[in-house]
Amino acid sequence: MLLQRFLIRLLTMLITLFGVAIVVFVVIRVAPGDPIAMMLPPGATDDDIARLRALYGLDKTIVQQFFIWLSGVVRGDFGTSISLRQDVLGLVFNRLPATLELAIVALIMAVAIGGTTAVLGARERGTAVEAGIDIASGAALSIPDFLWGLVLILLFGVLVPIFDISGRVSPQLDLPFATQFYFFESLLRLRFDLTWDLLKHMLMPAVALALPLAAIISQLLKQSLKEVLDLDYVVLARVKGFSETQVILREALKNAALPTLTLVGVQFTFLIGGTVIVERLFSYEGLGNMAIDAVINRDLPLIQGIVLVFALLFVLINLVVDMMYALLNPRLRHG
Amino acid sequence: MSACLDIANLSAVLPNGQRVLRSVSLAVQPGEVRALVGESGAGKTMIGKAVLGVLPSSVRLVEGDMLLEGEDLGRLQPKARRTLIGARTALIPQDPLTALNPSRRIGPQMTDRLVRILGWSGEKADRRTRQLLDEVQIRDPERVLKSYPHELSGGMRQRVLIAAAFAAEPRLIVADEPTTALDVTVQKQILRLIAALQREHGTAILFVTHDLGVVAKISQKVSVLYAGKVVEEADTAALFAAPQHAYTRALMAATPRYTDPFASLKPVDGAVLAGLAAEIAAADLAWRRPHG
Repeated sequence: MLLQRFLIRLLTMLITLFGVAIVVFVVIRVAPGDPIAMMLPPGATDDDIARLRALYGLDKTIVQQFFIWLSGVVRGDFGTSISLRQDVLGLVFNRLPATLELAIVALIMAVAIGGTTAVLGARERGTAVEAGIDIASGAALSIPDFLWGLVLILLFGVLVPIFDISGRVSPQLDLPFATQFYFFESLLRLRFDLTWDLLKHMLMPAVALALPLAAIISQLLKQSLKEVLDLDYVVLARVKGFSETQVILREALKNAALPTLTLVGVQFTFLIGGTVIVERLFSYEGLGNMAIDAVINRDLPLIQGIVLVFALLFVLINLVVDMMYALLNPRLRHG
Repeated sequence: MSACLDIANLSAVLPNGQRVLRSVSLAVQPGEVRALVGESGAGKTMIGKAVLGVLPSSVRLVEGDMLLEGEDLGRLQPKARRTLIGARTALIPQDPLTALNPSRRIGPQMTDRLVRILGWSGEKADRRTRQLLDEVQIRDPERVLKSYPHELSGGMRQRVLIAAAFAAEPRLIVADEPTTALDVTVQKQILRLIAALQREHGTAILFVTHDLGVVAKISQKVSVLYAGKVVEEADTAALFAAPQHAYTRALMAATPRYTDPFASLKPVDGAVLAGLAAEIAAADLAWRRPHG
């Protein structure tokens, strides 16, 4: 039963990825812009163009190209980047950890800020504290992440320059890392000097990504907390002698978190989408920054590889959210 | 010996100034069951919530005292009041389906007050809980304690809530229409169960109900409420033998009887209500003058 559900789930994931692959493949070939034209100097002859076209397999029909590419992907070969002349999979895996670290740190910040303000707002419901939280979350939500990025650069990069506004790590540092997960690895290796340097680079883009999500979490969680706080079992807990904070944390939070969790899953995928522009803004060497370069250079294999990896991430996030939902809700666990 | 609960002159208002409790006074002696009876909206549940400190935020107490075993609840700091209420009182709620947290197992929900408020050891709390589950005739405490609420029937859940209420040996239990949400066959068992536990533990109960039949079965004293005002209070036996107030008589006349199921249902007599409304309006006017 469980195995069957797992297999169905896996199959739908594969179908989703296949659909994404088709759409991306067709769209970037139909859209204007020719990678060959980008590679050759202005005086190139038609003969040169045709030869290069054949070299990259672009002289075949879209359907033929697609199946050639797909048969490579199935074997783990995503082709060679046209602009960087390197293996696409290697390039993507080299950059993916940077983006994942940024997104995860942003998510943790969003959950921490959003969760704390929601609990505080629910506890102080009807007071000036709640009104202040509402105003702050309204402001955080109405400004998109890339604009927050600019605001933060202005504040903490220019006016009070305490953070680094560009790159992932200071270039003069020796990095002893075995993986590309610099931030997490620096924590594990207890190299907190490096952690601090990485954090100084990562903090502003992470905050820019986190603020709108934190505001959504805060508003939604506070609303469901306030609904749960009127229920009978919460009243009963108050009669037992528990304080309002204890009541919120022990009785209300878990039940109120369920509707928020679904939304956070969806919003987290938006956050990952947001890394593309925010990484560019902070010259952060992640996958999103590379995606923009790939699009500018019409680097078809690289675009396909990056989009497919993003799609895989989204599908996996949804899977994790569903699993957490079942974990938090005992009524879903059996049957 | 002081009363277990002594409410004197308690008034509460809504934000629009409307009084929902009108100078309510009543006392519950140790070990006594006092019924609060009235129609819906009469304020009987409100009195229970006021005692337990869980009034909705829109309702404000404007005058009167509540003494729990001689301690003035109004004068205590919030934390001290909360702890006192947690230690000496308990609530048997109306709807067992919503009164248990759906995402927590029964066991911790029954023992959390004993351990975290009263400071018992986990082992002692566990032993006590099993003993009480036995007293409410739950045969397989092992399974019940490990269950989530949705795995138990309504009657089972109410038994669990009753066991939890008596577990800490409170001096006063507020029972807020504990049988209303249950189906008729279960109602009787639950009522009998509460009465038996009450006798055994000598707990005072403030029993909120709209059902005069329940009043007759369980209580020694009764207060009849209308529109937040106590219109009559008496020994239960005396009240049923000779109701003094016209509203009490009208309420009794309106109660359907199993012995005559085909008699048409009578509403409470309109003339009586009109008289009461005039009486209350006059009282409100007199009350407002000194209270602005």
